[in-house]
Amino acid sequence: MSQAAASSIELRTSPHLRSPKTVDVIMRNVVYALLPICAFAVWNFGISALALIVVCTGVAVLTEHVYCVFAKKPTTVGDWSVVITGILVALILPPALPLWMAAVTSFISVALGKIFFGGLGYNVFNPALVGRAFSQVAFTLPMTTWTPAQLPGRFFEFIPTSLTIPFLEPGSLQGWLSSVAPDGWTGATPLQLMKSEQTGTEVSQLLFGSVAGSTGETAAVLILVCGLYLVVRKMMNWRITFSILVTAALFSWLFYVIDPSQYPDPVFMLGAGSLMLGAVFMATDMVSSPETRLGVWVYGVFIGVMVVVIRLFGGLPEGVMYAILLGNAVSPLISRVTQPKTYGAVRKNRKQAKEGV
Amino acid sequence: MSSTAHTFRPLSIFRKSFSHGIHPAENKHYTEHKPIERLPFPSELYVLLSQHAGKPAVPLVKPGQEVVRGEPVARADGFVSAPLHAPATGVVKRIDLVPTSKGPRKEALVIQVYPGETQEVLYGQDRDIDAMSKQELIQAVQDSGLVGLGGAAFPTHVKLSPPEGHVIDTVLINGCECEPYLTTDQRLMIDQAADLIEGTKILMKILGAPRAIIGTEDNKIASAEAIKKVLPADGTITVQVVRTKYPQGAEKMLAKALVNREIPSGQYPSSVGLAVFNVATTVELGQLLPKGQGVIERVVTITGPGVDKPGNYIVPIGTPLRFIMKKLGYEGSAKHLITGGPMMGDTVSSLDVPITKGCGGFLVLTPQQFEENTLSERFPCISCGSCVDACPMHLNPAQLGKLAAKRMYLDMDKYHLFDCFECGCCSYVCPAGIPLVQYFRVSKKMNREMKAASP
Repeated sequence: MSQAAASSIELRTSPHLRSPKTVDVIMRNVVYALLPICAFAVWNFGISALALIVVCTGVAVLTEHVYCVFAKKPTTVGDWSVVITGILVALILPPALPLWMAAVTSFISVALGKIFFGGLGYNVFNPALVGRAFSQVAFTLPMTTWTPAQLPGRFFEFIPTSLTIPFLEPGSLQGWLSSVAPDGWTGATPLQLMKSEQTGTEVSQLLFGSVAGSTGETAAVLILVCGLYLVVRKMMNWRITFSILVTAALFSWLFYVIDPSQYPDPVFMLGAGSLMLGAVFMATDMVSSPETRLGVWVYGVFIGVMVVVIRLFGGLPEGVMYAILLGNAVSPLISRVTQPKTYGAVRKNRKQAKEGV
Repeated sequence: MSSTAHTFRPLSIFRKSFSHGIHPAENKHYTEHKPIERLPFPSELYVLLSQHAGKPAVPLVKPGQEVVRGEPVARADGFVSAPLHAPATGVVKRIDLVPTSKGPRKEALVIQVYPGETQEVLYGQDRDIDAMSKQELIQAVQDSGLVGLGGAAFPTHVKLSPPEGHVIDTVLINGCECEPYLTTDQRLMIDQAADLIEGTKILMKILGAPRAIIGTEDNKIASAEAIKKVLPADGTITVQVVRTKYPQGAEKMLAKALVNREIPSGQYPSSVGLAVFNVATTVELGQLLPKGQGVIERVVTITGPGVDKPGNYIVPIGTPLRFIMKKLGYEGSAKHLITGGPMMGDTVSSLDVPITKGCGGFLVLTPQQFEENTLSERFPCISCGSCVDACPMHLNPAQLGKLAAKRMYLDMDKYHLFDCFECGCCSYVCPAGIPLVQYFRVSKKMNREMKAASP
């Protein structure tokens, strides 16, 4: 040790130990948990899905990095949170979406959903959902054009609309679909079928993902398993997922009991659409969910109810995105009214509390 | 040696506990199997006049005066204060300022130890505890200079005189020692179980409490077994094993786990009929009071991967750290030495810091471990709620931290800032590396100053 260092006194205060679970470690593990879902998406929808995931993630990371360069601060890409946003954006977009639209969605997610609010830790809404909500409005038709899963030529051939020239409308998929799609293909997701024709979908298809839908939302069981990995490593709040799923199941079961011919059964409710992806990976975003233990339950129940209400009574077949965005919006309020009860708190009457005694 | 391994105890979930808290790696293996040993005397002792909560002791001796081991060398200044006894036979050289573990230098008696002395304790005389009255016993406890040896160093006799109207129905003996690495209490329960029971009986007698519970964690089953062998047959003293979790050793958490009582905010345990004493304190009481002696030494765990010969050692009060570390061998420098455990202990300012009554352990981490646990990278709060789920007081550290960062110290009252007892769980778990408990220490000071400035 040098003489200068020896003469200076360095005092540290406790605690001298630190949990190894830092933000970047948690975020990196969420990325790991998303990778099997990405792999399944590629297997399900082919190279279009692969290109979608690569483009979205790339644009997301680039957007944050370029912003940091312009803002003259050290890049925050290293905390991995932007990678999660990029991957999630890809997973909730339709596989046939033109790549340039996906890039715009990803850019909006990070720029408007995250950086605009102040970056990691300050975003009110889940960034990926902000981007998707934007595109839902901006690119309505491509955002609701679905293609069948597990087409034979998917690993060698792009879905034609994927490679649309930037800033041009994609062409119609009708001709291509009639040549490749299986017989009886209606171009609808299970939820759309349910909404318009009250037709269910086979449970095994819902659970294992061989249905039309957004790129990474279809395999309910796989998503649950990936979420379980995070729960076991204590990097995800299982209470949120659990309360959303249970609420959605119970609430939809209520309607199913009243009129089984008009309303879907709870299993369909849980397996169809993006509920599983939303409940496991979107609603559990730490930043935009409440931090108190009771608040987390309230938040989950709120989202679960909203999902069912929008799906059954709203104008849209799918309600997970808006349900979670609404949940994000009320989460600061939920946190505020569900402050933990302090150990040994002395009951005060109102007057004393006001005076801050 | 790997220090992150967690011991898996499936039965733990059936044991009593408090809610929240954390599970840092326990690391008791360095010293838990090592019986208590005696270290030799150093050539010089620095006996701090203020090593307890309350007023510093007043010296009874002058420089140049000879003292005999066990002889009172300073008297208590008032009720909330404790006397001091000479830890060794020698001569008082001077009264000087010496560094303390907290940083500032404070007054201490510098005693030069006579080499070749037998160092027998000739002071004090045997007495019959049963024949003494409550008042006599409390006075005897104060005269022995006994303070809370668990770390707070609050004079024990003050705790034995609960406020008017408070009736103590249960004495809790705290053998949880939830801090990682430390094994002082764990060893004392094994090696001096009889003294522990004797001390517990005296405490019960003084407080008029009909029962006592000795609480320990389930990583110290051997300690619980050792005590069970010497428990009195009438069943007034029992041993309870609770779940291993930090900070189980905090008295509020212990009260919750053992008897499911919450000590109200800002009040003493006596307000809910409890009195809580640390194992080391109780052992010392059981050992000293019948002999009429004072506190002159204590058991200190010197542990950690940075020590060559870790163990549980009897060390005379006032022994400078430099002497101990030289005897035991260590790597690194003073800044890698922590008084107490890693969760609530502080690093020392200098190797000349002496052992005090409240110091139950020294932890030496390797410089590398220190670097690993340094808050090198800071992220913004991601509202993960880990701190909220960890806080044993059920506070909202995230919210408090945000207020502290904005210097809104007075607003922190609304979030119960002063209920925080600085266990450090929030800082430990925070994935963003926000120094929460460190913020709160500053906030409490600032809050008090601001209130004093504008009443």
